[in-house]
Amino acid sequence: MSAASRGTVRVRNGGVVALGALPPLEPDEFRAVCGVALTAGGRLVALPAFALGTDDGRDVFAVIANDDESELTVTRTRLARGAGFDALTPEFPEAQAFERELFEDHGIIPVGHPWLKPLRQAHLKTDAAQHTFFSVDGDGIHEVAVGPVHAGVIEPGHFRFQCAGEDVLHLEIHLGYQHRGAERLLVLGSPARRIAVAESIAGDTAVGHALAYAHVIESLAGVRPPLAAQTIRGLALELERVANHVGDLGALANDVAFLPAAAWFGRLRGEFLNLLMALSGNRYGRGLVVTGGVRFGLPSDMRQAFTAKLAETEADLRATAETLFSSPSVSSRFEQTGVVSDATAEDLGLVGVVARASHVARDARRDHPIGIYRFVHIPLALAETGDVMARAVVRWIEVQRSLTFLREQIAELAEGPLRTPSTAADSFAPDSLAVALIEGWRGEIAHVAATNGSGDLRGYKVVDPSFHNWFGLAMALRDNAISDFPLCNKSFNLSYAGHDL
Amino acid sequence: MLDILQARWRQGFRTVLLPVTQDAFPDRFRGRPIIDSTKCVDGCRACVDACPTGAITITAPAPATAPATATAPVSTSAPANRVTLDLGKCIFCPACVEACPTGAITYTRDHRLAARTRDDLRITNAEAPKIAALDAAMRKLLGRALRLRQVSAGGCNGCEAELVALGNVVFDMSRFGIQFVASPRHADGIVITGPVTHNMRQALIETYEATPAPRIVIAVGACAISQGAFASESGPVSGIPPEIPVDLFIPGCPPHPLTVLDGLLRMLGRNES
Repeated sequence: MSAASRGTVRVRNGGVVALGALPPLEPDEFRAVCGVALTAGGRLVALPAFALGTDDGRDVFAVIANDDESELTVTRTRLARGAGFDALTPEFPEAQAFERELFEDHGIIPVGHPWLKPLRQAHLKTDAAQHTFFSVDGDGIHEVAVGPVHAGVIEPGHFRFQCAGEDVLHLEIHLGYQHRGAERLLVLGSPARRIAVAESIAGDTAVGHALAYAHVIESLAGVRPPLAAQTIRGLALELERVANHVGDLGALANDVAFLPAAAWFGRLRGEFLNLLMALSGNRYGRGLVVTGGVRFGLPSDMRQAFTAKLAETEADLRATAETLFSSPSVSSRFEQTGVVSDATAEDLGLVGVVARASHVARDARRDHPIGIYRFVHIPLALAETGDVMARAVVRWIEVQRSLTFLREQIAELAEGPLRTPSTAADSFAPDSLAVALIEGWRGEIAHVAATNGSGDLRGYKVVDPSFHNWFGLAMALRDNAISDFPLCNKSFNLSYAGHDL
Repeated sequence: MLDILQARWRQGFRTVLLPVTQDAFPDRFRGRPIIDSTKCVDGCRACVDACPTGAITITAPAPATAPATATAPVSTSAPANRVTLDLGKCIFCPACVEACPTGAITYTRDHRLAARTRDDLRITNAEAPKIAALDAAMRKLLGRALRLRQVSAGGCNGCEAELVALGNVVFDMSRFGIQFVASPRHADGIVITGPVTHNMRQALIETYEATPAPRIVIAVGACAISQGAFASESGPVSGIPPEIPVDLFIPGCPPHPLTVLDGLLRMLGRNES
């Protein structure tokens, strides 16, 4: 924790802010401090509001990442329901969803926000003004509505296209169907329940969210997991990344009807899930991460089996990727489809694969290393064109780099204890706020947790990478044919449950 | 084209042939748990307290002798507690196994978990849940061609991903004549995942109603069966509405694709294949 300008505290990823050292600013001062940090190259990571006091007021925190300095700036204000501050969104579009959330969940008013449409409860509200869809009028303009129940086996969401013929003028993405009250359970649940909920925020990212949860809880409890556990966590996170990226490459192949690669990638994805199952007992790595470490290690006979399986699978993967990327019919569908410019990616604060495919160099493993990533660096993968091809290529490069990481770390795995005594992680520092960023396979996962004066957990905020990126998908569709929507959607592959919480 | 054929040759034949045994799963795989109540220590509730979803209940046996007084030691010869584990609530985490001081609960690698009634999911010993096939008329209708519409109603994409995996070359559900279809109008039944959020309740009911009768309903995963990790008294989830009767429960978090396939095939009376 280092001192910065008045009313802010700077911490590293996984750090704890003593709230006594961070008195609330006046709302307009809070807005000004956020504006300065965001203008100076900062990036909005979270904007949570917690009821930490005894009254109905909310402590609103802004967590802003300074990627170049590997630091997070935290600032704070206090607002009652119905009060507010000048919205950040007109100047910093990346804040749009965060400010809508503040309004929807806490009644805090970002003054001058262009459209405070609820993010998660829109279709239950009776207020017609909040309920409407953006629409386009004119000759030959038509509207296509899809969802919430889609044609495939996929989570629910509603998509509203404004089209001129085949071309999409605008896509509005209307979510909230998956809202399960996850953050509430992360505050109120027993420790065993909380980690089960964290693993289910997005079931395809069970390891990523469990790690973010474990890091904030460990920070609040002052617990540090043993080194061997940090390595196992890294192995699981990279296995999760490889499995999902490989699955996505198969799904992309399927959406352009290139069925050989679709079938083979589909099988190969399972090989990595099966390695996670051999490690943790579950194909998605559930049950592996505990606060204070991990439950399972890799004894030497398993290390040998993993190494052999990885080598065999990598050879099959290379042959499949070669088939995919050398096919002209695939290239003609992937290239220049669903382009997101680097300027748009920056403005919207996109993260993860999607940002890197638009040449926005951000990766929490590099910028805010935590756990094993402090000792082992995985080179960042960047592409320039921002299209479906770029998002496919970034995934393929990341698969290869994660495989290298897996090979090396399995070979060098240190013996040693895997977890600290389980009771140590149950008592928290009072009046504290902890932040953890994990680069999941989709992108940056942020968890923020805060305690009150008695050391009780009183606030928990989850920011799935999808929360940043859904608007990027809407922008990618502009001036594309509506028939390319499935392909564009697959190239983002965002989480509905992770957004809706 | 030759390259594609060469790559295809390299991939080989990858489909899992049924039936599979426990050896198909790794040592740490958490399949059907078994309970040995005779190992329980009187008064111990460690597993009940450790379980994140309240899946375990202990009913003390009726005292065989006069109740012990406050100062007298509890008789060690009394009949054991009766431990009941609800597979519909279980998320197959290791918490109870870790908490148990005597090893009375263990996970086997048996992937077969499905049951036809909610009550059959409550197990008390080492036996697998019972499962009866559909009646002859339904088997005649659906036994060789079953088309299902999937509805995710708050699912985290864990169960959904495993249902998608059923279509890949490894599990290849379509070899049994079972497929997911795009419209409930084309379906013989629906597969529900997720704890049924308030925001999906109406869409779920409408999808069910749009499916022509006779139709079957399959609940996949702890959330759909019991709301799983999201069960709470005042949360925004409420489970499958009573007007949608469930014909098959497939526990898990998420269930392994082979667990789903086993449940479907046994419901169709095709476990012999």
